[in-house]
Amino acid sequence: MSTDAVPSTSAAEPTFLFGKLGWNSLPHDPIVLSTMVVVIIGGIGLLALVTRYKLWGYLWKEWFTTVDHKKIGIMYMILGLVMFLRGFADAIMMRLQQVMAFGGSEGYLNSHHYDQIFTAHGVIMIFFVAMPFITGLMNYVVPLQIGARDVSFPFLNNFSFWMTTSGAVLTMASLFVGEFAATGWLAYPPLSGIAYSPSVGVDYYIWALQIAGVGTTLSGINLIVTILKMRAPGMGLMKMPVFTWTSLCANILIVASFPVLTAVLALLTLDRYVGTNFFTNDFGGSSMMYVNLIWIWGHPEVYILILPLFGVFSEVTSTFSGKKLFGYTSMVYATVVITILSYVVWLHHFFTMGSGASVNSFFGITTMVISIPTGAKLFNWLFTMYRGRIRYELPMMWTVAFMLTFTIGGMTGVLLAVPPADFVLHNSLFLIAHFHNVIIGGVLFGIFAAINYWWPKAFGFKLDPFWGKVSFWCWVPGFWVAFMPLYVLGLMGVTRRMRVFDDPSLQIWFAIAAVGALMIAAGIAAMLIQFAVSIWKREALAETTGDPWNGRTLEWATSSPPPDYNFAFTPRIHALDAWYDMKAAGVEHPAEGYKDIHMPSNTGAGVILAGISTVAGFALVWHIWWLAGLSMVGLIGAAIAHTFNYKRDFHIPASQVAATEAARLRQLQAAGA
Amino acid sequence: MSAATTHAEQAEHDSHGIEIPHASYRDYTIGFVLSVILTAIPFALVMTGALSPAVTGVTILGLAVVQIVVHMVYFLHMSPKAEGGWSITSLIFTIIVVGIMLSGSLWVMSHLNTNMMPQAHEEMSQIP
Repeated sequence: MSTDAVPSTSAAEPTFLFGKLGWNSLPHDPIVLSTMVVVIIGGIGLLALVTRYKLWGYLWKEWFTTVDHKKIGIMYMILGLVMFLRGFADAIMMRLQQVMAFGGSEGYLNSHHYDQIFTAHGVIMIFFVAMPFITGLMNYVVPLQIGARDVSFPFLNNFSFWMTTSGAVLTMASLFVGEFAATGWLAYPPLSGIAYSPSVGVDYYIWALQIAGVGTTLSGINLIVTILKMRAPGMGLMKMPVFTWTSLCANILIVASFPVLTAVLALLTLDRYVGTNFFTNDFGGSSMMYVNLIWIWGHPEVYILILPLFGVFSEVTSTFSGKKLFGYTSMVYATVVITILSYVVWLHHFFTMGSGASVNSFFGITTMVISIPTGAKLFNWLFTMYRGRIRYELPMMWTVAFMLTFTIGGMTGVLLAVPPADFVLHNSLFLIAHFHNVIIGGVLFGIFAAINYWWPKAFGFKLDPFWGKVSFWCWVPGFWVAFMPLYVLGLMGVTRRMRVFDDPSLQIWFAIAAVGALMIAAGIAAMLIQFAVSIWKREALAETTGDPWNGRTLEWATSSPPPDYNFAFTPRIHALDAWYDMKAAGVEHPAEGYKDIHMPSNTGAGVILAGISTVAGFALVWHIWWLAGLSMVGLIGAAIAHTFNYKRDFHIPASQVAATEAARLRQLQAAGA
Repeated sequence: MSAATTHAEQAEHDSHGIEIPHASYRDYTIGFVLSVILTAIPFALVMTGALSPAVTGVTILGLAVVQIVVHMVYFLHMSPKAEGGWSITSLIFTIIVVGIMLSGSLWVMSHLNTNMMPQAHEEMSQIP
């Protein structure tokens, strides 16, 4: 990294009251400063609007304190979307910088700022975009698919969401108060150690990830228990929908791998705060140990991201081909095999670190082996489509785009798994192109398929297909135009994270990539318009049957949106595609015999605990020890106080259930179902 | 599978159905006595120096493993049948994953100097 920039926070003498925080922690850079002004004005405007329309009470009672898995799922999706816009802004800035910085030009970003941007882009896109998106999907869909009323631990679910948000808030705060890490998204030491990163950037990184990590781990435990314990009677493991299966495996990966991240970040924290030498250059520290440990978490992490989307594609392919999924059993086993294998491939991220032939070939081979179950899945989807009556609605379009894009990304991945090839391509733009190819082509396309697929379930109206198609046709070609040049550049030897270039012949490729990024920007804009237009035209797009796509799994058996209690009666499961089976058997909608339904009560404890955690994180970042201590005490106190809250549950009276269900029945009859 | 179904049926009536594992006063007493003994032996070995340091180390490690098992059986009430087998399944999974992480890390870290060139005569002589 270059050294021509002055860190925005100079090492002023820390004070007791404010720690390292001072007026010079505010931004000097005109770009950041103007962003801050815009964000402050926008933020004040938003708060004013919420106050003007007296929405605070509604938001607090119905959303912030909710323990309903459906609302928490929607909040996760909103968090992911907001952070996605931030992460994409970083991406556009990088593309602009790289296309400008030729022929002696320095571009418009100094190196210190540029380093923070690529770090923030990676951290935000993985931890605060992809993770909230998949957690939100699993939260919303899994309990409905297994016929449950909620997750196993509804309060914990609310708490997990706010802890994730707390991490996101800290990351965003670093933009305006102090700085973010300038180390790359995994913060390798010794660069991230106190000797080379003396400022607060890495501390923001550490505490944001630690706080969000609490939320992720707890929500992983919650969903595992939900899937194992709360399935409707008759739903054996091999009768679970594929999305539930892939969610189960993804959450097992979360629970087994996130503690490693927590531990390795804790060791880095000790290095930075109390002067230990786990990862320093001297006194026996080994920064290679950090690289090794963080990838033991990092590789399962990428499968945590992709597995639930494999489930989405399975549901979508089966529904829109009008057939049961081809090879359900092999799909399940492929998922489980991927889960296990994802623990034995981590070294492929650092073939060049110095291991010998036996280690490198072992991990190279395991990496190639993992493409076999993935390939099996692709063939299952293709065979599901084969001789199916395929409806090319938006979810199916995204699925087909995924199959084409992800296959190319998977093949370049296998190429990188060959150690000698990796020695040439390591840390090059080829790698960048590869993982964007699988993460955009797999995770993001999957999320877009899922949003289009389950939106009618969540809100009771379909998404506008015209703007959805505009978005699709901007996004998919935009992706190819943006990232194929990076493959070319990577093969020519251009390394990642570069700020300026000397060779003028490279510029054309960066220009093409920038055009692709602009196409993607148009796709994102079209998607936002799609949401707005659909909300505007919700009467015309209304969906009253609860089953807009002729679905096969249980979530389509309830109304859209489902009532708070999901199912008036817990369904009994006799077949794999439970709802398809019920429709075929002509099961009648029950009209009487309702009972009181036992439900968990809303609580503000999650917001309070996560709020205090944010303060604690901020205090630790800035070495404001009194505040850190105080908030730790407050955290424990608030948690203990919550245990004295005995108003934890209530009953929805049978009469109310009957009224809700009768209204639903009338709606169904009106729809002619 | 049948156990999971039963749980689902319970959940139907009461989503907060907390199931307390079968545990008796006797179990806790046995567990407590065993863990005290298993803690006392290593202390005694170190304080009296009865065995050679190498043997002492191995013995302590062995007793630590037994200690873990005692805790899991008597305090965490783990058995092949607990929770319809999920308890033991997750234990096995944990052991596999931790085993992979530890042995893999040791293997990787011990291998990292493979491509390094010895830089000085002293270093050369230290290479096994």
